[in-house]
Amino acid sequence: MASANEKITAGEYIRHHLQNLTYGRHPDGSWGFAHGAEEAQAMGFWAFHVDTIFWALLLGGAFFLIFGRVARQAEAGVPTRFQASVEAIVEFVDTSVRESFHGTSRFIAPLALTLFVWIFFMNFMDLIPVDWLPWVAVKAGVEYQKVVPTTDVNATMGMAITVFVLILFYSIRIKGVGGFIQELTGQPFQSNSLIGKILFFLPNLLLELVALLAKPISLGLRLFGNLYAGELIFILIALVFTAGSGLVATGLSSVFGEHIPAWFWVVATASVFLTLWLNMQGRLTTRRTLWLLLAEMLLVGGLAFLGGQLMHFMWAAFHLLVITLQAFIFMMLTIVYLSMAHEHH
Amino acid sequence: MNINATLILQSIAMMIFVWFCMKFIWPPILKAMDERRARIADGLAASDRAEQELEAAREAAGEQIRQARGQAGEIIEQANQRQSQILDQAREEAQSEKSRQVAAAESEISQAANQAREELRAEIARLAVLGAERILEKEIDAETHRQMLDKLIAEI
Repeated sequence: MASANEKITAGEYIRHHLQNLTYGRHPDGSWGFAHGAEEAQAMGFWAFHVDTIFWALLLGGAFFLIFGRVARQAEAGVPTRFQASVEAIVEFVDTSVRESFHGTSRFIAPLALTLFVWIFFMNFMDLIPVDWLPWVAVKAGVEYQKVVPTTDVNATMGMAITVFVLILFYSIRIKGVGGFIQELTGQPFQSNSLIGKILFFLPNLLLELVALLAKPISLGLRLFGNLYAGELIFILIALVFTAGSGLVATGLSSVFGEHIPAWFWVVATASVFLTLWLNMQGRLTTRRTLWLLLAEMLLVGGLAFLGGQLMHFMWAAFHLLVITLQAFIFMMLTIVYLSMAHEHH
Repeated sequence: MNINATLILQSIAMMIFVWFCMKFIWPPILKAMDERRARIADGLAASDRAEQELEAAREAAGEQIRQARGQAGEIIEQANQRQSQILDQAREEAQSEKSRQVAAAESEISQAANQAREELRAEIARLAVLGAERILEKEIDAETHRQMLDKLIAEI
């Protein structure tokens, strides 16, 4: 929408949305933010996606604040609605852990809760319209802003690698180094003779290593892939908006001249909010509200804009399912992997 | 979309958040939930107990009411019997009193009648003597005619 006025191409628009705000060392030796994908690429490994880290920490902090507040006030009496809803999540995670993890650990359940809520929060950023926060960032002088940390493969793989380290840690702690090596080399081909063992050593190790490494990779990439695809579709839907407003902009230009005045957008937005507010106040029936909204959206953006609205709504509704499911899957797989690490074969 | 050191920072951030959760969030919430579960269980048990007690009390009350009802029935029965007894007795007494009074009245009446008859008889005798005196214009010797007079009186 803002981009429509700047007259950039669809490719540039998508690239802009998929570029992280990268801080690192330029090839010439100076430190700073990368301007564009090539510069970010040139920075190599020792660079940071400032936006990913910022939002991840912010949302982790939100998790800590919300749940910490409940934890501080938690008492056995009649719970407030807020406390009850938080406890419902805790209960849900606790049940999941109890069902899948057959062992005793003070660590697994808090880990699962943190992962579930944190990943859900990070995924939830996907539902914020894709242009809002980057637009604010651009106005504030920040060139790139990718607000969904889980669409950054670094974030998801970072978490997956932590889980992998935990798998190794628990495997060795429970089974010992020898037991772990035994597990890696003693199956799937089994033999009782020494020659057989030596013969099967390499194939077994190869197969088991692939199985072991597949865990963190699939864990991280599954989350990343789902969210990245979702984000991309939101961006494409936003492009439909852009196309729609482009069409209308031509029509509006004949009224307003070259530049559509800002007050037009303000009035349009205000009228939509006013309609919704009147409906909430009960002064407008829902049927009339819907017709009015339809008319307002048509007036502001045309048919393509309206189509974009509907697509956005439907994809967001579907995506709400996806983000919850992905957070849940990440949590469940973590529990299952750690449970497997606790078990002797 | 390049792999870079963000990976490491995200890893560290995750461990810190997990540690926070393990330290400050999970234990108090779970403790509160467990305590509440215990309290609810206690409450439910207490309510079960109270229900049983209520049932027992209800049964005891019913038993007492049944007993009281039985006793009341007996008392009413007795009272009814006593009432009919008293009535019978009173009836008998009244009956005897009535017959006694009737007898007394009858004897009185007959007495009075006899007396009246005697007086009448004497009066008639006197009148007869008086009448005879008038007719005969002489005194009748009462003694002389006594026999005749008595015979006359008896005929009246």
